[in-house]
Amino acid sequence: MNTVSAKATALRARFEAAGAVPVETSILQPADTLLDLYGEDIRGRAYITSDALRGEQMLRPDFTVPVVQMHMDGGADPARYTYAGTVFRRQEEDESRPNEYTQVGYEVFDRVEPIAADAEVFALISDALGDAPVRASTGDIGILMAAVCALGTSEARKAALMRHIWRPRKFRALLDRFSKPAVARDILKTSDPFAKAGPEIGLRRKSDVLARLDALRKDIETKPISAREIELIEALLNVRAMMPHALEQLRDLAVDLPAISSAVERLGQRMEALKARGIDVVKLEFETSYGRSLMEYYDGFVFGFYAETRPDLPPIATGGRYDALTQRLGQGAEIPAVGGVIRPDLLLELEGAV
Amino acid sequence: MTIKLGVPSKGRLMEKTFDWFGARGVQLSRTGSDREYAGAVEGVSGIELVLLSAGEIPRELAAGRIHLGVTGIDLIREKLSGWEQRVEELAPLGFGHADLIIAVPDFWVDVRKLDDLDAAAATFRARNNFRLRIATKYHRLIREYLRQNGVADYQLVDSQGATEGTVKNETAEAVADITSTGETLRANHLRLLDDGPALKSQATLLRSKSARMSKQERADLTTLMKQLALT
Repeated sequence: MNTVSAKATALRARFEAAGAVPVETSILQPADTLLDLYGEDIRGRAYITSDALRGEQMLRPDFTVPVVQMHMDGGADPARYTYAGTVFRRQEEDESRPNEYTQVGYEVFDRVEPIAADAEVFALISDALGDAPVRASTGDIGILMAAVCALGTSEARKAALMRHIWRPRKFRALLDRFSKPAVARDILKTSDPFAKAGPEIGLRRKSDVLARLDALRKDIETKPISAREIELIEALLNVRAMMPHALEQLRDLAVDLPAISSAVERLGQRMEALKARGIDVVKLEFETSYGRSLMEYYDGFVFGFYAETRPDLPPIATGGRYDALTQRLGQGAEIPAVGGVIRPDLLLELEGAV
Repeated sequence: MTIKLGVPSKGRLMEKTFDWFGARGVQLSRTGSDREYAGAVEGVSGIELVLLSAGEIPRELAAGRIHLGVTGIDLIREKLSGWEQRVEELAPLGFGHADLIIAVPDFWVDVRKLDDLDAAAATFRARNNFRLRIATKYHRLIREYLRQNGVADYQLVDSQGATEGTVKNETAEAVADITSTGETLRANHLRLLDDGPALKSQATLLRSKSARMSKQERADLTTLMKQLALT
């Protein structure tokens, strides 16, 4: 047994001791589920192969999706799972990064005490990393989501912002556009928008085009998002401090932005729960924007552990809450879920460097 | 041994390449019968002509099996990841101009820009339960371009030919392809987005960064570069 798999086995045993059931998943996963979840971008990150019978298959890029599927197919409630195995990632930019590596994970499905579960996963992973020189960053995308939901603008604009909440640049561009008066396009002023257009072809129909023109017409009527609200969103996105200070700043912002109050209070409760588990929250960084360009499925608490002495390394451990993912994979069912993974290879590298 | 120069093996791209080198005092020609892919080089010594499919030239350059090659910059960027580390652009050759574009049905009067395409994709996916399909053979380039421009809820479907027909055949909702004139697009009731092309390409002379060279070969390459006025 090589050292990485020995380390992986030890980490998984640790998670088992914490109450998790060990599970395994297939290496080949049906590509359509993953493509549907992640979109075309996953093709740039995962290996896809195919056969004539099953069609496209993906070499598992992570364990979370198959573990959620397995759980939604009839797991216990609540449930805790652990796994150790290889994941595969295409590396198209940097040849020095491995395209297969081991992940050891811990996932909690618990509808009763989600905040305690957040703290449990974080603390367990933090403990498992031992004395390795790491620093942790945390975030909570739920706070930004709450702020967007409460903006004084149309549902359509809020939906557009929510859809791009994981794409910071596009989100920013949309926010800019929505803060200025909308300009009517010429096409909206013509009596027959199709007068000079070609014939109707393809599956996107004329009715779809008309519906969008209607939506554009309504959008012109929509008042710009106020400068004050834009300022508050910006202030929110700029919050980056050690957790107790970040919480203070967010509470101040919540005075003007009451819609985020309950999300901010959840952060406060999470901080207490982390403290109760022995985490030194004074040294724990919190950033509202953290994790926004990570995988799209995180929709609450997110975290990552980084090597202090090796800024060149990818995060040693990452994780977060993915309630919406269970909903999308659950075919009607849903359960709050949070989990995290450790990369034993990186941990070993870091321990060797100590 | 010799410096290997890879040139597209047929058609206008080959002829224009021969003309370009010829104008600089290096005569390239095909030898033997029309069907035989063998070539000759006159005017400089130590250079060997290798006739290849334009699509294979990027791979051969990256592998270092040829030292120099002529192909479209679109093929280089599509086929080679980290292409700047693997090949060096020596000179654009001024022909083989082609733009990689995205086109939508002309009657989509609501879609002029990538932002509109993104909005259309969002409602299309909600209504049809699958992502809006874009037919292309330039997967990497288009995926990267759409990612940078914040387009979501689409999928790429592979199309190796007759791409403009996919919309009418209902196997795709939009297309991404190389076009030089746009006539085929118009004939198929498609229209370019207003944002301009995702990539402007032309035939380019490239040097492999990994091909090994002896002292003699290095000297021959330097002589060739001088002859081509590229130093």
